[in-house]
Amino acid sequence: MKVTVKIQRFNPEQDSAPYWKEYSIDAEPTDRVLDGLLHIKNTIDGTLTIRSSCAHGICGSDAMRINGVNRLACKSLFKDVGTTVTVEPIAGLPVIKDLVVDMEPFMEHYRAVLPFFINDDPAPQTERLQSHEDHQRFDESTKCILCACCTTSCPSFWANEDYLGPAAIVQAHRFIFDSRDHGTAQRLEILSDPDGVWRCRTIFNCTDACPREIKVTQVIGEVKKEILYSKL
Amino acid sequence: MQYHYHKHDVIIVGAGGAGLTAALYAGKEVDTAVISKLYPTRSHTGAAQGGIGASLANLEKDTWQWHAYDTIKGSDFLGDQDAIEFMCKDAPSVVYELEHMGLPFDRTPEGKISQRRFGGHTNNETKQPVLRACNAADRTGHMILQTLYQQCIKHNVNFYDEYQMLDLIMVDGECRGVVAYEIDTGDLHVFHAKAVMLATGGWGRVWNITSNALTLTGDGAAVVLRHNLPLEDMEFFQFHPTGLFKLGILITEAVRGEGGVLINKDGERFMPKYAPTVKELASRDVVSRAIYLEVMDGKGIDGKDYVYLDITPDTVNKYFEIDDSRQPNGELRHIDSDYVRAKLEDITDFCKTYVGVDPTKEPIPVQPTAHYAMGGIPTDIDTRVRANESKKDVVTGLYAAGECACVSVHGGNRLGTNSLLDIVVFGRRGGKVMAQEVKEMDFQPIDADAAAAKVQAELDGILNSTGEETLAVLQQEMKTVMSKDVGVFRVEEGMAEAVAKIRELRQRFKNIHIDDKGKRFNTNLLEAWQLGCLLDLALVTAESALARKESRGAHARDDYKERDDENWMKHTMAYMDADGKVTLKYMPVAVTTHKPVKRVY
Repeated sequence: MKVTVKIQRFNPEQDSAPYWKEYSIDAEPTDRVLDGLLHIKNTIDGTLTIRSSCAHGICGSDAMRINGVNRLACKSLFKDVGTTVTVEPIAGLPVIKDLVVDMEPFMEHYRAVLPFFINDDPAPQTERLQSHEDHQRFDESTKCILCACCTTSCPSFWANEDYLGPAAIVQAHRFIFDSRDHGTAQRLEILSDPDGVWRCRTIFNCTDACPREIKVTQVIGEVKKEILYSKL
Repeated sequence: MQYHYHKHDVIIVGAGGAGLTAALYAGKEVDTAVISKLYPTRSHTGAAQGGIGASLANLEKDTWQWHAYDTIKGSDFLGDQDAIEFMCKDAPSVVYELEHMGLPFDRTPEGKISQRRFGGHTNNETKQPVLRACNAADRTGHMILQTLYQQCIKHNVNFYDEYQMLDLIMVDGECRGVVAYEIDTGDLHVFHAKAVMLATGGWGRVWNITSNALTLTGDGAAVVLRHNLPLEDMEFFQFHPTGLFKLGILITEAVRGEGGVLINKDGERFMPKYAPTVKELASRDVVSRAIYLEVMDGKGIDGKDYVYLDITPDTVNKYFEIDDSRQPNGELRHIDSDYVRAKLEDITDFCKTYVGVDPTKEPIPVQPTAHYAMGGIPTDIDTRVRANESKKDVVTGLYAAGECACVSVHGGNRLGTNSLLDIVVFGRRGGKVMAQEVKEMDFQPIDADAAAAKVQAELDGILNSTGEETLAVLQQEMKTVMSKDVGVFRVEEGMAEAVAKIRELRQRFKNIHIDDKGKRFNTNLLEAWQLGCLLDLALVTAESALARKESRGAHARDDYKERDDENWMKHTMAYMDADGKVTLKYMPVAVTTHKPVKRVY
């Protein structure tokens, strides 16, 4: 089928501002938007610049705004997004070139929540035991691939770049609710900051955007509740 | 000549499981930095699904010796037995260590690390599949990658994210650094180091249908080859039996470990014909060949080149009964849809997203997919890169670990779960060894200007080339010929054609043009450079394969159907000179206890 892909282009060495360019290509309904973009790059214009790697929704490289919604280009099929598709960079992070944004502010927020296991007790000879139920408590948030679809779909993040954002909170949740971890107090302190969880206005864009189907808004809600309970 | 200069005791190239583990260990003791062309969490370790092998015996009896023998047998007796024993013995301790780093493994009812069945892993007494693959649902690699990266953040490891390594700095046969390209700015960076570890992953992008990421272009292995150093056993490349039809996306062996069966167009479960004891859980080379033979026999679904992988509970439970397949507690095995969804969460998602199939209700269309390089940069157990086939000489300052390396623990065919094990075991070993060695060393002099100028000239060659050839065409022609002639089954004539074709493509590569001539985020330029790597690796793969006149592991020849231990139980060491002339030499296999026997599953 014929597909029209309208892409926001920007080359920092040539352009003063982003502009839109349309490409008409042949695609199968089951082709990924990523396939379409790579086809354009391979056969029409090699300067088209995107990040991509695994091409099946696991590495998180190719987050972009497709028809106004944050998605991974490799998990979006033309049969689902239609024959006229607009593609632009995820919002709220500086654009480097075409669909590539500067991920550093996002990674900085991620690093701020102590996204690592904290337990200074001497480790046992074998594994630390954990019940299936305790594991289930945080299992969902371990699926996060740091693609930034959630954070860059969040109006609160667009309004205030200091807001830690949904992804960082999901990463914190992964440890806060891990029965083996001892860093909860420190993390809750960080997250109760004015730029922490309270900037979340439960708009649910993050949940809609997550390609891993993490219930992000609910996860943030659990962290909010934990902060409140910890202060009682 | 403008470039940036950096100095670190240890430079690690690649931020997958091997690179990050090495960085953690080296970084605790000496100044260590990781260079990666991707953000670390984008590395392909994250795509590994089913599990990491270790004889924890959490659910039933198991020993590291069984694990070692299974690995040796899986390797078709080409793996070095001393290295395999080291890895399997070390396995429980690295898995516990990952757990202590917080890795969220699935749990047994007692709260221990959960383990599942996987191809080629057996109880050596009963010959039946054993519960050995430690898993976090079907995203074990994702959890390993995330956990290691988290620990690197905790321990303040230095990262140079989105830097493409383009060359090693070799002086008097020693490695003293690397030259890298900062993707965002197009600037060159010279990294002066006492030790360099390559952990750059595989090169599945040589083939058409592959489970590998677009970025798996074998950069580290190709750069080593260009320094007149050998690559080992390049003819052994694994085709995973179950890639999603047309897309090649990995459908984990854990589907079969959990009871999934392979079905042809007649509805026949065909694996018992090929592997009567363990059936679908034979080693991957055996299962891939079985699928290929079914297709050749006209038994592919709809007359096409794929079969069904069936994990629907009704089918699976039926075969559990027929096979009398039991849990360790003696109960008959039984699964339901919820179990499938929980244990194979990502697989369920992939099938729904890409082929519109709910695997709890319908079978999954699968075909073999290029998956894993058993061969690569030859190293000893300490991850030191071998300088030649002497087994004594190593390249001072150069180390390699993970898929790009060949220790060789996988020999002719890797067992599932052993790649995740390999990266953590040898990443840890390499990190420790490098830390120890650099403490007793000074930085040796380099000519940074010359090193940067050499790389700049190489890039300028691509940027200024105005020929007619395009990357897309050359890449497709390479993939087509390699898939046709150096795939699951091989014959003399086809491989000879492939060698000639790849030589032609290497010539035409000199005549390419690219559209993007800019400095900022020029992925067009890097793709061209990476295609050059793939072409070099394709050439030595085809040449190494053509020379090996036997069938062993993943190297299956129609014209030499049997394994020939007398003449070919040896490692290929392939060298390539500047003109692309390939010279093959050979190195003995390390045999400790297990003499080769015929492989039967």
